[in-house]
Amino acid sequence: MVTPTESADLKESNLKGNIPDGLTPDLLRYWEVLDQVPDPEIPAISVVDLGIVTRLTVGDGGVVQVVLTPTFAGCPALKWMEKTVREALLEAGAPEVEVQTTFENPWTSDRISEVGREKIRNFGLAPPPRRRPGCVGPDLEALAHAACPRCGSENTSMKSPFGPTLCRSLHYCFDCLEAFEQFKPL
Amino acid sequence: MPTMSNSQPFPSGPLARYLLQIADDQLIMGHRNSEWTGLGPILEEDIAFSSVAQDQVGHALAFYEYLQAECGADHPDQTAFNRPENQMLCNGLVEQPIGDYAFSLVRHWCYDHAVRLRYESLSGIPNQTLQSIAVKLRGEVKYHTFHADTWMKSLLEGSEESRLRMLAAIKEVWPLALGMFESWVGEEDWLVELAGNGQGWYPGEAALRLQWQEQALRSLQTWGVDVEKLGLEKMEPVLGGRQGYHTVHLAPLLEEMTAVFRLDPQAEW
Repeated sequence: MVTPTESADLKESNLKGNIPDGLTPDLLRYWEVLDQVPDPEIPAISVVDLGIVTRLTVGDGGVVQVVLTPTFAGCPALKWMEKTVREALLEAGAPEVEVQTTFENPWTSDRISEVGREKIRNFGLAPPPRRRPGCVGPDLEALAHAACPRCGSENTSMKSPFGPTLCRSLHYCFDCLEAFEQFKPL
Repeated sequence: MPTMSNSQPFPSGPLARYLLQIADDQLIMGHRNSEWTGLGPILEEDIAFSSVAQDQVGHALAFYEYLQAECGADHPDQTAFNRPENQMLCNGLVEQPIGDYAFSLVRHWCYDHAVRLRYESLSGIPNQTLQSIAVKLRGEVKYHTFHADTWMKSLLEGSEESRLRMLAAIKEVWPLALGMFESWVGEEDWLVELAGNGQGWYPGEAALRLQWQEQALRSLQTWGVDVEKLGLEKMEPVLGGRQGYHTVHLAPLLEEMTAVFRLDPQAEW
């Protein structure tokens, strides 16, 4: 039985987030602001831990430029995230904010940070399995026996590769006798 | 009332045209698949078709955005919702109404495997932006083909009734599916040009069709389908879509799909 880690413990844990090392104080502050902007569909995780912030720079006159990349191309939350990212940075004192969305560094589920994966689990979803070397695209074989986020059992089966949002699939745990959802690997 | 747009209806050049065809296919397929929302035979399938539809409209958007940024096309909303029927370049398969579940499922299977082949091919283009887009979208399509394969197998190997209904759907879909690989204006010259530049990433429609057909027939045989008896190899493709000549089903679809847009074509969404 895996006991879910409490959020408070997560802060103290050594799990790595997605804020890059060696930032100037200014940049670090902006990254920390974005680390408080929740993903609208899984509010437990921030857009930073989700791995959709691919670049953050400060240009002439303090203009903050942010590049986002969508988890799924058809993600309906994208416009909302652009908006909340912009608002959060303006509120934190950025004189001007430019948010751009590109496929330049395409998102894969491996971009979710360790902290993010733990938060996803606490939220009640199974975090996406890491891609095995040599696997092109999502590792669907790993989905057949996703680990149950409640009891950790892999005695599970996938009911459908499509769930309530584009990034979730539906599963059933034969030990808990309960359905669960998995954040899909991509 | 539609307004005249300043940009060209067709972004020029064969690459732009090829991408527009892919985008139009995805837009119309996505619209059709969304018609299962609320009507799926079981909840999971309702969600599956709705999710596939959502992906497909997202894929169309990714290409319309690229066409706007790099090829001088209009805003994606204008490109998607403000072109007359004869300027749409989608194929006849995606235009068909959803029919029964067997029809939609077989179409989904035929279509998404073709898309997979196109994305695999596009992943080899020496253009960083398009390569990234293709790699990204290809990962998403893996879920589509996985879903379609699972149900094709289950229903073809299922009861007598499910098998017969699937076989009937395959016969109906096949000529339309072959039409996905219709040769298009400029394709031949482009292939010569690409070959001259040492670019082999786009093999051309005839080659894509052969590849698709070979894989599809092999899968059907694995699931116990007598493809000879169905006469699949002798069927002729339904053509016209790539030249702007469409089946009777596209016009009403466009009418419905663009109804809200036409209320205020310049609205910001």
